[in-house]
Amino acid sequence: MRNITKTFGSTVANENAQLDIYRGEILAILGENGSGKTTLMNMLAGIYYPDSGQIYYDGKEIVIASPGDAFSYGIGMIHQHFKLVNVLSAAENVALGLKEKGRFNIKKVAARIRELCDQYGFELDPEEKIYNMSVSQKQTVEIIKVLYRGADILILDEPTAVLTPQETEKLFRVLRNMRDAGKAVVIITHKMSEVEELSDRVVVLRKGAYVGDVLTKDTNAEEMTNMLVGHKVTLEIVRPEPVNPKPRIEVKDLVVRSEEGILKLKNISFTAKSGEILGIAGVSGNGQKELLEAIAGLQPVESGSIRYIRDDGGSDELVGRDPYDIQRMGVSLSFVPEDRLGMGLVGSMDITENMMLRSYRRGHTFLLDQKKPHSVAEDVVHDLSVNTPNLETPVRRLSGGNVQKVLVGREIASAPKVLLTAYAVRGLDINSSYTIYDLINEQKKQGVAVIYVGEDLDVLLALADRILVLCDGQVSGIVDARETDKYEVGMMMTRLSKKEKEA
Amino acid sequence: MREKVHEPLFHIVKRKSLNWYRAWGIRILAILIAFALDALITTMVTGLNPVGVYGAIFKGSFGTARKFWVLMQNIAILLCVSIAVTPAFKMKFWNVGGEGQILVGALATAACMILLGDLPTAALLPIMIVASIAAGALWGVIPAFFKAYWNTNETLFTLMMNYVATQLVAFFVIVWEVPKGAGQIGIINQSTQNGWFPSIGNNKYLINILVVAALTVFVYFYLRYSKHGYEISVVGGSEKTARYIGIKVEKVIMRTMALSGALCGIAGLLLVAGTNHTVTTSISGGRGFTAVMVAWLAQFNPFAMILTSFLIVFMERGASAISSDFGLNASYADILTGVILFCIIASEFFVNYQLIFRKKERKED
Repeated sequence: MRNITKTFGSTVANENAQLDIYRGEILAILGENGSGKTTLMNMLAGIYYPDSGQIYYDGKEIVIASPGDAFSYGIGMIHQHFKLVNVLSAAENVALGLKEKGRFNIKKVAARIRELCDQYGFELDPEEKIYNMSVSQKQTVEIIKVLYRGADILILDEPTAVLTPQETEKLFRVLRNMRDAGKAVVIITHKMSEVEELSDRVVVLRKGAYVGDVLTKDTNAEEMTNMLVGHKVTLEIVRPEPVNPKPRIEVKDLVVRSEEGILKLKNISFTAKSGEILGIAGVSGNGQKELLEAIAGLQPVESGSIRYIRDDGGSDELVGRDPYDIQRMGVSLSFVPEDRLGMGLVGSMDITENMMLRSYRRGHTFLLDQKKPHSVAEDVVHDLSVNTPNLETPVRRLSGGNVQKVLVGREIASAPKVLLTAYAVRGLDINSSYTIYDLINEQKKQGVAVIYVGEDLDVLLALADRILVLCDGQVSGIVDARETDKYEVGMMMTRLSKKEKEA
Repeated sequence: MREKVHEPLFHIVKRKSLNWYRAWGIRILAILIAFALDALITTMVTGLNPVGVYGAIFKGSFGTARKFWVLMQNIAILLCVSIAVTPAFKMKFWNVGGEGQILVGALATAACMILLGDLPTAALLPIMIVASIAAGALWGVIPAFFKAYWNTNETLFTLMMNYVATQLVAFFVIVWEVPKGAGQIGIINQSTQNGWFPSIGNNKYLINILVVAALTVFVYFYLRYSKHGYEISVVGGSEKTARYIGIKVEKVIMRTMALSGALCGIAGLLLVAGTNHTVTTSISGGRGFTAVMVAWLAQFNPFAMILTSFLIVFMERGASAISSDFGLNASYADILTGVILFCIIASEFFVNYQLIFRKKERKED
């Protein structure tokens, strides 16, 4: 790819970007949010069309105007969000959109899938329905779908974001097999450790432009980060000692059922303390969401109690109250939900209007106070250095990191006593992630009880004071983050240990 | 592999943002293109001079003082219905039941005028106002209630409520028909004029226009500056977010639809007490649906709706003029209106997207 430029309106996603992909090599593309990694790859996969620039394949200039064109050159992309039909089986999903001559024969498709599985070391049952599959199995289906179409160049957009360490290892093994079979593999990632472990070569993008291209074995995390950010940064998460921790939230025998009647949380008990970060680890979908929503008053609780312990030692029951009730009780509870634009913010509203969400009820008149939220918005934009054209920009137009800063900024602006965060840095680049860690640490120092649901175990281990591991809606253990390691937690995530009752 | 490299001529890109004046520039340009297209079609199909046809349309709307006031009155009613459906639409509640809500408001007004016809206007009017508002609000709240608690489809529900309202009116038309067997109510209280809106100066439509003007300002401020208006935007933007901050979504849906229905009810009141002094099944004249278009074209800004409702009423009035002046039938004007609407709607595409023509640049080697 040469001199590729792509703009969206006034935003330049890629500017004169270039990239070489070789067969039999795993290439990692590293870049911050909005540095144009995904856009560049989308142009290769035929989703977008470049404004200018050329793409060469085996030395010849080609035009990729549609995903169909991309496939004809053997380029296949596995997106971050899977594009599968839930009610169909794996084989049926693979067969969708195939234009093979002759009668349609699902058995033949399934047989070919089994062949591919054996060849590269996948584990997959082609007859299984998608809705019965785990995230990692769905990802496997996506990869097979691309391989089935004869792809020689596989592009994976942040493939490990949703996997456990064990699943990640498995994926990496498969990718290495593909490389050894002569295919070109491209992975887009933020995670340094993965680049080091998996890739042969790294391309770094910054602000849409190509920064450099190094062999992985000749570089290290420090150097790559410097290339990435453009200046020197230190990769360390500080963990201040908790100051005077006191119980703040006490959860006892909590049972939650989803709307479909599935048991999501089974007898959860734990205590979150002020001035402490309680990390929650677990494969996504094991009850983290329900747990936080239950505390925030958004999830109907079947049985059990959630008590908020006030400074004077008295306590209030939170079960059975909605968020507004909780606010009126004087419980200052902030919640940064997983689905930022779907739940925490209104995408079509601007920053000021989003700041009002928590506070608009203030005042006794019928009319809104728009002045105070405006100054809060100014403060948040300034303090957290939110990158936005102005305060009137709808938040959905901001990049992921900036959206998160707006949300976190609003939630801590109310000086909370309890801060719940779900995947606070998901999809955020290194710089933004560290900003968020700092903000969370700042809250901890001020005596806030922080409950931090995370997916990156390295971060959880470095940031949290204690880690509660959820598995299948149960607490499989609460461990001291200073004394455990990734593999112990990883094992607890997939298997219930006997340590349950300890905490 | 392909031999030749075919580059697409252009591709489509979403615009990041557009100044309001450029956006309106595009829209106005669209209307001008529409007029030019209409002129072209007119010359080609009928051989008439398009300038003459446009002149007739203009005269049909503004030609005489009476025509002008009829035009203003029609704009007022359409505007009233448009601002009525707007709060619901801002909440993403697809209220296509404006028609039914107008009808029940009109029916309630007529019922008061007929049953309490002996009361003087001063006493009758407040009762009519309350009755029409209550009827419209009720018609709006019923689908809202089912939507809020059982998540029924509000589009179908409000649509069905239209038919119920039409049949209700048809039933009462027979009950109250004058004379028996006429199949229509006729002018209510013709001699006493009880319950009729008084004329201001010499103008019998002025009250309608003033009422709607006041309501338009009210709806604008309600949506833009009140806590309720803010809640509507939040529920419309994301129901989950609304619940997350503790807004009772069910309550907001019902409250907003009550308002929406009440405003439609007022439109019914204006039609019966201010304009027609009778009620028929076709009294709303499809305004419940036209209003959806008016509101949408104005991007749910009540003040912009003054313009969009003017455009539509102006074309409708002009249509009847050219059908009589040139012996073209009224459908011809519908074609012209259709072209204009098509252009306006298409212009939204260019407000949101732009075409990028690929720059011709040579390869380095």
